[in-house]
Amino acid sequence: MADVYMNGKFVGTCLEPENFVEKVRVNRRKAKYADELNVTYHPDEDNVILSTEKGRARRPLIIVHNGKSLLTDDHLMRLESGEIKFNDLVAKGVVEYLDAEEEENSYIAITPEVVKPGHTHLELSPLVILGSQAAMVPYPEHNVAPRVMIGAKTIKQGIGLYVSNYLMRSDTDVSILHYPQNPIVTTKMYDVMNFSTHPVGQNIVIAIMAWDGYNMDDAVILNSSSIERGLFRSTYYRPYSIEELKYPGGQVDSIEIPDKEVRGYRTEDVYRLLEKDGIIYPEANVSSGDVLIGKSSPPRFLSSLEEFRFGVEARRETSQVIRHRESGVVESVVITESDDGNKYVKVKVRDSRVPEIGDKFASRHGQKGVIGLTVPQEDMPFTADGIVPDLIFSPHSIPSRMTVGQLLEILGGKVGALMGNTIDGTPFQGDREMDLRALLKGLGFRDNGTETMYNGKTGQMYRVRIMVGNIYYLKLRHMVANKLHARSRGPVQLLTRQPTEGRSKEGGLRLGEMENHCFVAHGAALTLKERFDSDRAIIPICKKCGLVAIYNRFRRKGVCSVCGDDIPITFIEMSYAFKLLLDELKSLCMYPKLIVGPK
Amino acid sequence: MTLPPSIKKAVERESEGLNKSKSKKLLEETERRFREMSVVPAEAVGVISAQSIGEPGTQMTMRTKHFAGVTEMNVTLGLPRLIEIFDARREPSTPTMTIRLQDDVASDENKVREIAAKILEVSFESIMKEIVIDLLNFKIEVTLDNSSMESFNIDIKDVEKAMNKVFKKHKIVILKSGLIRLSPKDTKTILNLYKMKMKLKSMHIRGVPGIVQVLPIKRRGSWIIMTAGTNLRRVLKVPGVDPTRTFSNNIHEMFRVLGVEAARNSIVNEALGTLKQQGLEVDIRHIMLVADTMTLNGDIRGITRYGISGDKASVLARASFEVPLKHLFNAAVHNEVDNLSSVIENVMINQPIPIGTGLLKLVVKRDKK
Repeated sequence: MADVYMNGKFVGTCLEPENFVEKVRVNRRKAKYADELNVTYHPDEDNVILSTEKGRARRPLIIVHNGKSLLTDDHLMRLESGEIKFNDLVAKGVVEYLDAEEEENSYIAITPEVVKPGHTHLELSPLVILGSQAAMVPYPEHNVAPRVMIGAKTIKQGIGLYVSNYLMRSDTDVSILHYPQNPIVTTKMYDVMNFSTHPVGQNIVIAIMAWDGYNMDDAVILNSSSIERGLFRSTYYRPYSIEELKYPGGQVDSIEIPDKEVRGYRTEDVYRLLEKDGIIYPEANVSSGDVLIGKSSPPRFLSSLEEFRFGVEARRETSQVIRHRESGVVESVVITESDDGNKYVKVKVRDSRVPEIGDKFASRHGQKGVIGLTVPQEDMPFTADGIVPDLIFSPHSIPSRMTVGQLLEILGGKVGALMGNTIDGTPFQGDREMDLRALLKGLGFRDNGTETMYNGKTGQMYRVRIMVGNIYYLKLRHMVANKLHARSRGPVQLLTRQPTEGRSKEGGLRLGEMENHCFVAHGAALTLKERFDSDRAIIPICKKCGLVAIYNRFRRKGVCSVCGDDIPITFIEMSYAFKLLLDELKSLCMYPKLIVGPK
Repeated sequence: MTLPPSIKKAVERESEGLNKSKSKKLLEETERRFREMSVVPAEAVGVISAQSIGEPGTQMTMRTKHFAGVTEMNVTLGLPRLIEIFDARREPSTPTMTIRLQDDVASDENKVREIAAKILEVSFESIMKEIVIDLLNFKIEVTLDNSSMESFNIDIKDVEKAMNKVFKKHKIVILKSGLIRLSPKDTKTILNLYKMKMKLKSMHIRGVPGIVQVLPIKRRGSWIIMTAGTNLRRVLKVPGVDPTRTFSNNIHEMFRVLGVEAARNSIVNEALGTLKQQGLEVDIRHIMLVADTMTLNGDIRGITRYGISGDKASVLARASFEVPLKHLFNAAVHNEVDNLSSVIENVMINQPIPIGTGLLKLVVKRDKK
């Protein structure tokens, strides 16, 4: 006797669970029960699970009865003519939705051809085995599974036309590709997703060869002449905003060109682009340090120290400045009101991003890499027809990763480009390799996609055949211009006096614990000390009590807050962080006495 | 610098038959080479050892279980085992022994299997089929499993002997069919009966206690026995076992039975073996340094906060490794003085570290007045 659970609650038992489950299914298909109902019988636990709850992932499948799919050509014709809709099929009991649990008890045929008497369901299409992202990879069944996943992940990072109203939006950290294209080799998913309204890449000519070692280790070589023609150019947008806040006590921020007397006033120069209202004008060329929106705020505290400051002198400068080391052109200026009814200004800055060494590119097969070198067209290898590749890809990236789908895409891309049509690379049902080869041969090319190429610098023929073809390539959103960073000196933190962290704060690159161990292992004691000198401090120490003392430079005498005035002191070099540790110990009521030896 | 005795002996052996100047030259050259090979003063051997073990450690695969022999025997290997060794855990997660046999036995498979059977612990539980508490008559009834008794080569007389030893004054009835009735001697409580049942189940019949599994393996022409479960002290006494080449992977057991030097060698062998099994080559001297450090005070201390890392002289060094507050408070209570004589402290206060170039100090000779 099997237990029956409805939405996780025990509701009763049944004697013939298999029959019961079958009966429920039949009734569901007859639309006697809601089509949201799913039912499963677990023979090993001997219980029947019924669920109607929300939050289950369910998917549609064609019902198979006695080895025959219930979906007929008649259905398809009427669907096409618009006589019936997909939901009518559900109502008629031709298609049903299964949840993960009920799917466990089903035997699902992948294609109509393989349907046998044992099957309970048929996939709508083999494509739906993959998700919307993985199905964007052409010929994924020829790739290793992890590469398909990496490919799906990289497609999401491609820059293209992510929305068509991007000019009216203010998204942070976005780019728009100047000349986005639809891929030559597509899958059915591209139609389903309306991909042509938001494409992410460009079709380029690729050659698979090594070139002077500049494309080793996943680097790629880009044709600089192609770049000059606009290949993979994009625009980077960054919005800045500022709000005129109101403070308790009637004080307000004011968006204006700050007065020279304001505290923290920058140089006059950086305010030059502001108009009378304190806001920059559109199409202004801005570079590092320039103020986009001028603002001054009331003093933070009304402390006794600042009592003698009045009027503008007491106010602080709180302008919105362009980010460190960024530049560009002001795209738009929006003046509006925030939720709290304050004046709210948004300035969007655009900057062009021409492909350069270090920018990241990828095909749709999980083959990603950065530009190692840009080469002018005249130095690039060329084919007998005079075709010069836009990108040179290393052959060493292929065998270990087994992305055969990429090779097929190149083949298909070549055929599609020559014939002027698109090639179907839909998972499990795309155009066959043999057909592509035959077509390519018919077009007068070698059927495996290889061609004889010539060295662009010497004109000598390469003694190997090189695979050349067209492939859909993506420029990924990771660009060096947004990441490049170095520092020799710069700002330090207030508390520890150590360098700040992160590119936006012009920070240092940390020499960590393991790096420290390397210096120790080399016995480079003084080099190590020098590297850690960033927060070096010379601290006066009271010789009597061993605590931090004060040196009165004017009287040239030591003062100790414990031992009193005119006390012998000594100066000790230590890291400021250590002095901080001593302070911290003192706050824990410990007495960190420094025992000072002879010099 | 003088040569170690073993090298000196080898040189002497080699120089036999050579004339005097040549043998002298050989000795000098050997000494020169030996000097070149030795570690320079102020070399940071500890950090180099740590890096030399740590770097290959990052390459170790996460797959921890592996079949060491032919038959199923799971031994913890890889990173977890390495951590176990260096932490000096009391019990390894898979205790095993490698039993080597005396030469006359090692080549004879039958004799080896005989010894293996003798070593394997057989408890009452493994030869019985069913155990029932008869509450009406206050008895325990046991049915023995004849087939498993046969496979262990155990007679009903062996069972009788064992039972007579453990249950001395109880009433025991043993039938030929393999049925045993056992009644308690005095107090007839259910609790007592239940305790007897548990005692009976765990009753030791034959073999070395603790050895759960034996596995004779042929290695390079001679037989050895691998075991799951260890009992070094008892196994060494088993006739036919070569006590000089038999060991356990439990470092503490090696220490208890054979002493610190054996424990040190055990650490070296186990660590090196674990690394080698993963296809990693680490110079033995790095591991020897670690093993020496772990055993230098005559006891085994792991590289943990309870072991050598917690025994450092410097407060600051200890505080920089796990639970800093504890060390700082204790130092404050005990009025500890940190001489700032080691590396970590000097990195903290940004002073030259006493290693390498930082160890050397300039000494100025003052004029005598």
